[in-house]
Amino acid sequence: MAGRVAGKVAFITGAARGQGRSHAVRLAQEGADIIAVDVAEAIEGVEYPGASEEDLAETVKQVEDLGRRIVAAKADVRDHDALKKALDEGVAEFGHVDIVSANAGIFIFGDETHLVSEQAWRNVTDINLTGVWHTCKVAVPHLIEQGTGGSIVLTSSTAGHKGLTNCAAYTASKHAVVGLMRTMANELAPHRIRVNTVHPTSVATDMALNDATYKLFRPDLEHPTRDDAVDAFQAINALPLPWVEPIDISNAVLFLASDEARYVTGTELKVDAGCTVK
Amino acid sequence: MGRVEGKVAFITGAARGQGRSHAIRLAEEGADIMAIDLCGPVPNLGYPHATPEDLAETVKQVEALGRGIVSAEADIRDADALRRAVDDGVARFGRLDVVVANAGICIPRAWDDVTPEIWRDTIDINLTGTWNTVRATAPRLVEAGGGSIILTSSAAGLKGLPFLTPYVASKHGVTGLARAFAHELARHHIRVNSVHPTGVDTPMGTMGAAGMGDMIADNPRIGGMLTNSLPIDVTSATDISNAVLFLASDESRHVTALAMTVDAGNTQY
Repeated sequence: MAGRVAGKVAFITGAARGQGRSHAVRLAQEGADIIAVDVAEAIEGVEYPGASEEDLAETVKQVEDLGRRIVAAKADVRDHDALKKALDEGVAEFGHVDIVSANAGIFIFGDETHLVSEQAWRNVTDINLTGVWHTCKVAVPHLIEQGTGGSIVLTSSTAGHKGLTNCAAYTASKHAVVGLMRTMANELAPHRIRVNTVHPTSVATDMALNDATYKLFRPDLEHPTRDDAVDAFQAINALPLPWVEPIDISNAVLFLASDEARYVTGTELKVDAGCTVK
Repeated sequence: MGRVEGKVAFITGAARGQGRSHAIRLAEEGADIMAIDLCGPVPNLGYPHATPEDLAETVKQVEALGRGIVSAEADIRDADALRRAVDDGVARFGRLDVVVANAGICIPRAWDDVTPEIWRDTIDINLTGTWNTVRATAPRLVEAGGGSIILTSSAAGLKGLPFLTPYVASKHGVTGLARAFAHELARHHIRVNSVHPTGVDTPMGTMGAAGMGDMIADNPRIGGMLTNSLPIDVTSATDISNAVLFLASDESRHVTALAMTVDAGNTQY
């Protein structure tokens, strides 16, 4: 049976690990070839370990093990020209690009809004917002020129709907991604290019599950563990679970990327265990 | 292995249109079906009502896929009839996993041409009937320890589309119903989501909208609200079924209280 995105090529940022790797593998399972980029190094001010070149190589291996092709590059979404070069090389290899997953992002948190440093504010908004815009900016000309439509999926967050405390830059950037999506959905509709957002609640990746986030959820403890924090993670969701898995987001991305969603544009697809309506 | 293999789905308004399409799409992916339809007249409809022959055709198409189906003629305004249909279906299949509350009517009128009868029928069927459907089915999902309930709302459940006041009110009500039920049922691992189609290529979506042209001509300024941003005028029932399939499957196991648009951009335009 043909895969649900057979014959398509997907451009994925932040693809070295976590949700990005999961998207690459899930789309490859359903027949897509992959253009993967990741900064593959630590970002200043981020309290969890950065992705590595070994992580990106592991994504390449997992996609190739599925019998699909992948072109991977180390590129920073803040660097428009590097991102353009990476995508153009991928398109030169595969001949086209059909799906864009603007997934790269960082989470810096812990300070009240008026205490956030200039550097932290800039890093978060440069990566989570301007980086997403760069991703679209380099990909859209290909999609328009090809004339075969396309699907752009921007990774927002429950923080793209709700005003989460002590992570102002993240919340602002993830709200802004929704605005970007809405404008592009209208601008690109005449070209049959669809633009949607996905909104995960906490996902079991390094970004969400680390000592610093445990402290965010349990400020009352000096060195909280995952077990200490699990009830607090649970409390933000309606469904009785503390977090979801990367595959849950990938399944939503797969739906939006596939022709099953050919008339879905401008939507905010929440994979949030009911977090945002709670 | 189908995407909803081994699940059983209860679908209202299943004789034709979106409901039949949902039954077939879910059956293609391995589900057995309980199909309900009024199969009878509703006053003021601008399109022919579904018939027992239509429902029999749904049964035939599901059986042709090698899946099981039980069907019943039942009015979703009649809570007892719905409950009997659920009981009969569960007796046959032994379980219930997915509920698609799809039955509905649409009678376009300019605001001052809406009669009390049109108002009452639209609210009774689209809103109260949907509530009846959840009430009749949710206890089975609670017993089973989980499930997926999908309520068919509309672009008109998110946006105040013109010439459809009772329909807009009923579909906004359905959106609220999904959000409220999602919370109360979450502790049972039951997910509740709504789907929001723009115009669909069905008798209701095409013949039912035939009179809209004159209403737009009389009030052209707001006619543009009905426009899709994607360059298409109408979607296919299959497009809605693919969204229903996603929400019914375990692929969306952590998705609840979502208003899922399949609207070609209409609500954002």
